[in-house]
Amino acid sequence: MSSHKFENKVIQWLDDRLPIFSVLQHDAIDYPTPRNLNYWWNFGSLAGIMLVIMLLSGIFLAMAYTPNVNLAFGSVERIMRDVNYGWLLRYLHMNGATWFFVVVYIHIFRGLYYGSYKAPREVLWWLGLIIYLVMMGTAFMGYCLPWGQLSFWGTTVITNLFSAVPLVGDAVTTWLWGGFSVDNPTLNRFFALHYLLPFVLFALVFLHLVALHTTKSNNPLGIDVKGPQDTLPFHPYYTIKDLFGLGILLMFYLGFVFYNPNYFAEPTNYIPANPLVTPPHIVPEWYFLPFYAILRSVPDKLGGVIAMFGAIVIFFFLPWIDSSKVRSATFRPIYKQIFWIFVIDCLVLGYIGSQPPEGIMVPLGRVFSVAYFAFFPLLWVIGKLERPKPLPQSIAAPVLKGSHASHSDKPKEKA
Amino acid sequence: MADSLTSASNGSPDDQSRRDFLLYASTAVGVTGTGLALWPFIHSMNPSADTLAMSSTEVDLTPIAEGQAITVTWRGKPVFIRHRTAAEIDAASQVTLTDLRDPESDETRVKKPQWLILVGICTHLGCIPLGQKPSDPRGEYGGWYCPCHGSVYDTSGRIRQGPAPANLAVPNYTFLSDTSVRIG
Amino acid sequence: MRKFLLSTLAAGLMVAAFPALAEEAALPHQPWPWLGVFGQYDKAQLKRGLQVFREVCSNCHSLKLVAYRNIGYFGFTDDEIKDIAAEKQVQDGPNDQGDMFMRPARPSDRFVPPFPNDQAARVANNGALPPDLSLMTKARPGGPDYVFALLTGFTDPPKNFTLPDGMYYNEAFPGHQISMPPPVADDAVTYADGTKATKEQIVKDVTAFLNWSAEPELDVRHSLGLKVMLFLFVLTALLYALKRKIWADVH
Repeated sequence: MSSHKFENKVIQWLDDRLPIFSVLQHDAIDYPTPRNLNYWWNFGSLAGIMLVIMLLSGIFLAMAYTPNVNLAFGSVERIMRDVNYGWLLRYLHMNGATWFFVVVYIHIFRGLYYGSYKAPREVLWWLGLIIYLVMMGTAFMGYCLPWGQLSFWGTTVITNLFSAVPLVGDAVTTWLWGGFSVDNPTLNRFFALHYLLPFVLFALVFLHLVALHTTKSNNPLGIDVKGPQDTLPFHPYYTIKDLFGLGILLMFYLGFVFYNPNYFAEPTNYIPANPLVTPPHIVPEWYFLPFYAILRSVPDKLGGVIAMFGAIVIFFFLPWIDSSKVRSATFRPIYKQIFWIFVIDCLVLGYIGSQPPEGIMVPLGRVFSVAYFAFFPLLWVIGKLERPKPLPQSIAAPVLKGSHASHSDKPKEKA
Repeated sequence: MADSLTSASNGSPDDQSRRDFLLYASTAVGVTGTGLALWPFIHSMNPSADTLAMSSTEVDLTPIAEGQAITVTWRGKPVFIRHRTAAEIDAASQVTLTDLRDPESDETRVKKPQWLILVGICTHLGCIPLGQKPSDPRGEYGGWYCPCHGSVYDTSGRIRQGPAPANLAVPNYTFLSDTSVRIG
Repeated sequence: MRKFLLSTLAAGLMVAAFPALAEEAALPHQPWPWLGVFGQYDKAQLKRGLQVFREVCSNCHSLKLVAYRNIGYFGFTDDEIKDIAAEKQVQDGPNDQGDMFMRPARPSDRFVPPFPNDQAARVANNGALPPDLSLMTKARPGGPDYVFALLTGFTDPPKNFTLPDGMYYNEAFPGHQISMPPPVADDAVTYADGTKATKEQIVKDVTAFLNWSAEPELDVRHSLGLKVMLFLFVLTALLYALKRKIWADVH
């Protein structure tokens, strides 16, 4: 990267001492990107932009927020009513969490579909999962801060999960609370951590990018880049494509902010927290619902907690569970089908998680939870049995050797 | 960046100018939008509606005897209200304006001569001058004395000695009656 | 591209369907004037709703998050607001003697609650606590439609339904037993602007007022939203055109 020479003497002088311009040139402009990335590849950069929007709106909200059990609810309402554009900042932050998760979920499932977790991208995949876990922690603690009924009871229920840990469970829960129930110390530390973790996320995203630019991007064909004819410089081809995608995302996101800001919110959280009255129906935010359904499906406290955390932890082993050498589902007819079944399974689990655990929902929850975990051993078996379609020789010339060329899925998305 | 693409492009000159237009138009629109989007963030740090609504204070003047002073809070700042004696009023009005660092006549600084109402913040670096309590040092001119850096104010709150550049500020106020005043 | 847009749309619909599926039996929708992209509050209606709130609701219910200055939005002059506020007394102090004292409320004060605390409210209401109404339309599923259904939902109980003493039957209330007596009837108020005060009119107006209390920013939100969405549409169209131009050589 030191080979790059800049015309501007000042830039060159600075770059010789701190290579920010070389790095930018190398990683944001010249970065050789597979020429066949489709729109599903937009969601990584969109997630990064959502993180920045959340950081910005959060920092300004923190300037008007008070983390005290007697004042928190009122301070949020003061933001909504009296702080200049406070309602906008608050709704941006609140709906931003939703759209951040939408974007990240699509990003994760894209990786799953195109086999982006396979060698040599295992560490890249791990970093992504760690980002996802930290995001969930951050979102959970953020939901506590307005100190409404669901803030309080959601925090109570989720922190009680840790009491399932044998021997030390109660001690851990008391330590998390800083008392004998969710109270002012809990709110205070959740605020401190909710402010801290996004910066940890930012650092993790940086590592995620370093890992990405070391192994280079995967692509819809899942085959390796063979040479310069297979790539395009990141700028302007993918900068403009990402910006266009950003425009579309903002239309969805801001459409909700301005016209239905409480669509994803639960009305109950506009009732101030009351430690003596549990609301009849406690539901987490939608992005936790599938895991909540898995938790409730296991009729044992510790078992439920293990299943819920296991549902995420198992993804760390995915690069080794999947025994297929072919990355992209485009060339894996059976995997492609069970991938979509898995997606539908997650959506159904989400729906089940949103319903009261009564009647048909209980057995349904168990069936779909089992199906969730069955995906992983199935993946190993399929990798061994499946006969993948022939792979194209290169990205630039996706001419297939066999007769599949005419009727196989169009590997290159026409954008 | 645009140049490097020109060479790769095999389009007609018409095509090229259309593309330049799109580049400039979307850059202009995008930059304008980003700029406008920053305003809500910046403006959120300005005083909020409830803060602005609290920005007037009503004070009952009956308990303040001649020669006494009280301090009230207005917008989080101390406001000095002094019931001046005849001697103090005389001292304030007989000063020759050319002797002053910040020339202002006493009449322009009061609405009723016996009531002097000032923002009690030294114009040097924001300390609160002494002189409200009878036991306080009031400086050579019988007004206020700032202990931080030694500024001395007279019985009209005008700067007479020390580093402060200007007189103590007079807030907006109106007399609602002879014994009641609204500040702000 | 088309495939992508379709699948995005499908995913979006699925996400959007989640809370919708979770919703319980739908309440009849009222044609509130603030609904929709161009929807705004009807300020004359808000004024009437405020009158209903002051004459009826405020005898039992508080509105702690709204300040008297806020009703300036309906078109009241500063003096009118001052007079409305001054009808109530609030505790202030301590004064120079160290005593707390009562003074007339000022525009900067929040709406004065009818009872000094929750316990006093319970004692005065047979043990039931009339909830604060500031966020009522946001804090119940169905929002303003629920409030409307509740206020018009008082009927005689079905034959086999045993109603405890001091309770009233309400079709919209969860469990159907409510401690609040039917609050309004025809001509419960006499409108200053001459509008005929039918029961339905009164309920509509006060629900509108309560919706404003919960979402006073709605008018600004809708009008700013329109500008932002138009802007985004233009910008995205430009970016798409530029994207096609830049990629023209690649395909």
